[in-house]
Amino acid sequence: MPAVSETREAVEKLAKSNYEWGFETNVEMDLAPKGLNEDIVRLISARKKEPQWMLDWRLKAFRAWQDMSEPDWAKIKHPPIDYQDAHYFAQPKKKSGPKSLDEVDPELLRTYEKLGIPLHEQEMLAGVEGAGQKTPVAVDAVFDSVSVATTFRKTLAEAGVIFCPISEAIIEHPELVKKYLGTVVPVADNFFSALNSAVFTDGSFVYVPKGVRCPMELSTYFRINARNTGQFERTLIIAEDQATVSYLEGCTAPQRDENQLHAAVVELVAMEDAFIKYSTVQNWYPGDENGKGGIYNFVTKRGICKGDRARISWTQVETGSAITWKYPSCILAGKGSVGEFYSVAVTNGRQQADTGTKMIHLAPDTRSTIVAKTISAGQSDSTYRGLVRMQPKARNGRNFTQCDSLLIGDQCGAHTVPYIESRNMSARIEHEATTSKISEDQLFYCRSRGFSEEEAVGLIVNGFCREVLKELPMEFAVEAQKLLQISLEGSVG
Amino acid sequence: MSDFLKIEGLKAQIDADGTPKEILKGLDLTIPKGEVHAIMGPNGSGKSTLSYVLAGREDYEVTGGSAHFKGQDLLELEPEERAALGVFLAFQSPVELPGVNNANFLRTAVNAVRKARGEEELDAVSFLKLAREETSRLSMSGEMLKRAVNVGFSGGEKKRNEVLQMRLLKPSLAILDETDSGLDIDALRIVAEGVNSLRGPDFSSLVITHHQRLLEYIVPDRVHVMAHGRIIHSGGPEVATLLEKQGYKQFLEAAA
Repeated sequence: MPAVSETREAVEKLAKSNYEWGFETNVEMDLAPKGLNEDIVRLISARKKEPQWMLDWRLKAFRAWQDMSEPDWAKIKHPPIDYQDAHYFAQPKKKSGPKSLDEVDPELLRTYEKLGIPLHEQEMLAGVEGAGQKTPVAVDAVFDSVSVATTFRKTLAEAGVIFCPISEAIIEHPELVKKYLGTVVPVADNFFSALNSAVFTDGSFVYVPKGVRCPMELSTYFRINARNTGQFERTLIIAEDQATVSYLEGCTAPQRDENQLHAAVVELVAMEDAFIKYSTVQNWYPGDENGKGGIYNFVTKRGICKGDRARISWTQVETGSAITWKYPSCILAGKGSVGEFYSVAVTNGRQQADTGTKMIHLAPDTRSTIVAKTISAGQSDSTYRGLVRMQPKARNGRNFTQCDSLLIGDQCGAHTVPYIESRNMSARIEHEATTSKISEDQLFYCRSRGFSEEEAVGLIVNGFCREVLKELPMEFAVEAQKLLQISLEGSVG
Repeated sequence: MSDFLKIEGLKAQIDADGTPKEILKGLDLTIPKGEVHAIMGPNGSGKSTLSYVLAGREDYEVTGGSAHFKGQDLLELEPEERAALGVFLAFQSPVELPGVNNANFLRTAVNAVRKARGEEELDAVSFLKLAREETSRLSMSGEMLKRAVNVGFSGGEKKRNEVLQMRLLKPSLAILDETDSGLDIDALRIVAEGVNSLRGPDFSSLVITHHQRLLEYIVPDRVHVMAHGRIIHSGGPEVATLLEKQGYKQFLEAAA
């Protein structure tokens, strides 16, 4: 079919276009020597001025990691990673901590500007004072492992919400960190989480007290910037009884020659009637047309609905990375608690994604929803891997899973691997899956209305993802669509 | 300038399971500016193929002849370039676009075409105002703007949605491929009115239909009878009436 072959040509041509956000910031870096051993773990802890208990925790994780090996069950392929050939600590040099944006290295601010991060947008600032005009967004910007600027702390503090870099929380709120860190993802949960636990340098910490509805969307932008620096983010979000919080995470990475390892851990704890919404737009550098130089993204994200009727909702739009290994999961421990997973994964070129979710139903009347949309183009390979487990006590547990794959061209692959385990007769699990191609009819229909072929593909793909995109908070939805559009321009059509 | 659309000796084939099948076998047709022409013909005569070839569908391979519109070689243009030039095809079976909001689709289409024509793009507010006026004119529920393009629309709703698109895109050549099929008499009247109100010195239309009924509402300047991939007879509106009474037989025999 001519149009499809043309689309494929367009894909192949555009896949070669340069990664739009591939630039590097020249800020002097404070680098730890390459390699990983106990001394490096001690050095990281010392540089972060951490208390002894934190160092002990890291060392425990490091020792566990040494006895573990990389998981090999995912449908991904990559050359062996030399964990000794990376820097585990990088920090922009600075005299003392900046107290306002004026003190932030202008080079950093320019980088953010290029990325379009609205760190000091007038509109947003007006949002704080002009009450109710526009929901403001608080940004905790993580620049290569160290948070350099945090906005809106005051408004949040007035509401009793703690939103700060986790390194700061370790010093300022040790009781909270000690109580929850590693409770959802134990240090030795898996190879990558153990590695992260040993060497994480920063990330975000959020604590929303009982009955508080967080007054703004919380937002963190990640960016890997130093050459050969593994990035190990650690995020911990706690919502007490009846608390509500929406957290947005987005990232872009500059162009690289060598593969970079990214192994983040995110833990969410939702107490009774609490609601945590965690949204991600991920755009790590996917590598060149031969797949060289992209980010390896091995992430462990897990939330627990501890209290009754708690709800955790994951929404992700994944367009980047050479390899994605990521399964945001929910443990439904509270009676009537709810877990949700909405995902769009776009792969192109030689990208590989093995992603999905796990819904572990422990308590009665728990419900979970999974909507996973996979778009594969070029020579990419994408796998949805999902587990739904109903434990014996999950009476009347409900799950609905929908997996839709859209293929562009004839050299890509899409796979669906659902694992369903039910140990309770009253539980109900539904699974729907479809695989489709963009039809010739749809393309022609759009083009006859004046859309170019690229626009038509973009429109159809956006329509395909709508169920997921509409789950994103307003502030993020536009950005996500833009990102999808960019990755479509540079990848699909 | 009187020859707005000029088709000469047009031949086109489609790939039918590996073997090419010729469908248009040397078709001639001229539509002057401002005129509405109708094509009638039995099933399989190539009417829909003609509409697809004119709109630029790539499954059809043009093997001979030419088609010019406003002096431009239509066959050289991409479908979206033809749309910008003013060609509009109302589909016989409008295509569903799951998840694509109808209003959004319409606005993007209108602005794509406006931009290509060097006109100013419409902002969301003025577009919505225009779209609401047009939907009520076609007795469509405003709800249809909020739904996904053609998804879950009834046959009649789909056809009205085509006419809505046509009115918003303001084409200079509208090809209506059996837009009357599946419409009840009230819907037919509304659709016809939607077309008639566009009639003017700068609007031409090619109405493809099986039934004379539509032509009672959209009275054509000329009627062409098509069979076996060619126009075999042309005449005034009376041809439609004749066809309705006597069928295609006499024309087919005369052409044989």
